[in-house]
Amino acid sequence: MFKDIEHLVRLAAVIAIALIAFVTLRALVVPHSFGQYGHYRGDAIAEIAARPVAFAGHDTCEVCHTDVVEQKKQGKHVVVPCEACHGAQAKHADDPASLKPPKLDTAVVCTRCHEANSAKPKGFPQVATAEHSGGLACDTCHQPHRPKIETAAETKPATEGKK
Amino acid sequence: MYPNEVELQWSVLIVLYPFITGLVAGAFILASLERVFRVEAVKPTYRLALLTALAFLLVAPLPLQLHLGHPERSLEMYLTPHRSSAMAMFGFVYLWYLMAVLLLEIWLDYRRDIVVKSQTTTGVTRLIYRVLTLGSSNISERSLHIDERLGYFITVIGIPSAFLLHGYVGFIFGSVKANPWWSSPLMPIVFIFSAMVSGIAAVMLLYMVTTRLRRKEIDIRCLDTIAQYLFYVFVIDFSLEMLDLLQRIYEADESFRSLDFMVHTRLWVSQVIIQILLGTVTPILLLGLTQVVSLTGTLRKRIYTLAGCLTVIGIFAMRWNVVIGGQLFSKSFLGYTTYKMAFATREGLLTAIALMLLPFPILWVLVKLLPPWPDAGSVPASGATPAHGTS
Amino acid sequence: MDITRRRLLILLPAAAVAWKYVQAGTPEAAPNYKMTEHWWSMLIDIPKCIGCGSCVRACAEENDVPEGYYRTWIERYHVADWKIERPDVTSPDGGKQGFPPNEIGGKNFFVPKLCNHCADSPCTQVCPVGATFVSPDGVVLVDKSYCLGCRYCVQACPYGCRFINPKTSTAEKCTLCYHRITKGLTTACCEVCPTGARQLADLKNPKDPIHEFLRTHTVQVLKPHMATGAKVFYNGMDGSVR
Repeated sequence: MFKDIEHLVRLAAVIAIALIAFVTLRALVVPHSFGQYGHYRGDAIAEIAARPVAFAGHDTCEVCHTDVVEQKKQGKHVVVPCEACHGAQAKHADDPASLKPPKLDTAVVCTRCHEANSAKPKGFPQVATAEHSGGLACDTCHQPHRPKIETAAETKPATEGKK
Repeated sequence: MYPNEVELQWSVLIVLYPFITGLVAGAFILASLERVFRVEAVKPTYRLALLTALAFLLVAPLPLQLHLGHPERSLEMYLTPHRSSAMAMFGFVYLWYLMAVLLLEIWLDYRRDIVVKSQTTTGVTRLIYRVLTLGSSNISERSLHIDERLGYFITVIGIPSAFLLHGYVGFIFGSVKANPWWSSPLMPIVFIFSAMVSGIAAVMLLYMVTTRLRRKEIDIRCLDTIAQYLFYVFVIDFSLEMLDLLQRIYEADESFRSLDFMVHTRLWVSQVIIQILLGTVTPILLLGLTQVVSLTGTLRKRIYTLAGCLTVIGIFAMRWNVVIGGQLFSKSFLGYTTYKMAFATREGLLTAIALMLLPFPILWVLVKLLPPWPDAGSVPASGATPAHGTS
Repeated sequence: MDITRRRLLILLPAAAVAWKYVQAGTPEAAPNYKMTEHWWSMLIDIPKCIGCGSCVRACAEENDVPEGYYRTWIERYHVADWKIERPDVTSPDGGKQGFPPNEIGGKNFFVPKLCNHCADSPCTQVCPVGATFVSPDGVVLVDKSYCLGCRYCVQACPYGCRFINPKTSTAEKCTLCYHRITKGLTTACCEVCPTGARQLADLKNPKDPIHEFLRTHTVQVLKPHMATGAKVFYNGMDGSVR
């Protein structure tokens, strides 16, 4: 009787060996932290969180640049974070002396927010720069950290910001 | 368009995949017609259908591997499958079908021949056969009878397994709620029936071609029976697809305007002309003609050949329209993109053609190793049915 | 303590094991950051958005987003009169350089978009290997060393916020600046927004202003019929937004 099913027994043995090999492989290869918090590699969370930061955050800028903070407090740009215009400055915050942020081109930086666009909220200050300044750079008249022009004497190029 | 939507995610290789697995499922269903449902007329194609299914199933993972960003990590799908993911579960459905159904059934059906050949051939071939015997050379009546019973049982399981194999592919698409072209409970059913259509047509064509190549007489009764089943399944498949279409047009939900425009422009040729008119309506009419009008054998064979070729092309077009079509429109329903198929890249046309041709040399090797035809000609003696396993 | 040979034999392997853990990388999380104490979300105030693109640029810089792909972007909507179902939407380079000036009538506004960090995330559901997941603090993340690049998640996301990074060939998307929020900072996009249209919110923090805001304003999520549990809330969003 056994002789007649011998081939099936051998087949069953092959399958059993394959299953054991699979289970062993799984134990060896699956990452250790897999399943720690859910169906994923638990270590991934720490790896993602360990990425270095590029934007310092305005709180960090304000630690050193207190004069700019005072200036901004007097105008509407008090709510505008430093890096919105100056770009990511975490590297500068770590090493202020050697990594200086470049001077900004107001023709590009200012117009992104203030160029007139029918989709911008109606109350938001926006101009058609061609008519407004006839092609002059914005900082010819406006001081970016305190943009409102109070008197004619105030129109001067922006230089503030360097400690 | 959402800005990230410019390029297509799934290329022609992902069109190939359901097409190939569809051929597998369909070929197997044809084989099971004989084994389980005792449709004697299609017996000449039984073993050929099994080998065809195997040849295509072996090629099926290749387009997926070539498409992955990291094919070297693909084992992760078996080691840490995410149980909520249809794609992950499909890996096991594929494995089950390949190992437990197809390979086992072929092995059991051919075992006698394998044992005989392991004793009569020489060299490398002998070694291959010896390995295939798993070391057992018992081909007594009793053992062959056990094989036959077990094989029957496996075919019975194999039928729902074949449905699961291709229905699952349909579910992979049909369960994506984000895509209205795919998201439908009908998708697995449509995939199954179109798979059966393509598989039956493919085996029918292969049978005609291989019999011609072997300079033997085609069993016209076998062919007629296959064509008849092809016709019935095709009618069901067509009805399902038309039902989906009509419902969509009638309900005209949020996505409809966008999809309608897409079909009329981007998919006009591939869907309306190739898939529906040439690939479905024409073969149905041709096959229907052979069912109602009495035609000569030669004419019938010509019609079957034409209908078979159109069918296979049509079902490929259907896969194209589902996969590529589902990515041509934006999920915002406010834009479209185009598919720029590359030629000689990893996911290009050349690769797709190579993959489509690859099953044939594999089938050739399988046919050489495990000849599917009875030696005494392909026409079975009338009345007497050769016992299973006899050469 | 005397370093005897015996003690060294015990110390060295222990040190090696400890070193292994140190090298594996302990998170530089803010001290006492516990994932279970947070459930992150974001609030976007549509009437405040001026479409300046600062958020898109900041995100690209903070996260090395490849050119031509967007972890966050801005769409400009133009709705002609009552045609709510057929808005005219543009997003030039995702709004990265702002939007070109124009003067047209009708209703016009900007909509910033990003990953909605869905609580019932469909992208997580379909990932075959567990490479994308919802963290215990509610952020949907991608484990790029585990991702196969099969692109199923990109297909499953109803919002179009995922893409495949051409360099790593893995799925990528907004991480809610996880590396920042776990250190007590806000996301890059919220940091630079000049009008406060984008605000990070912690739903588990009873003192977070979002609770009051949600109670007193009309808010929506994108594609609510998809029931994704989206956690990015839009104030003042028009019905034409897709």
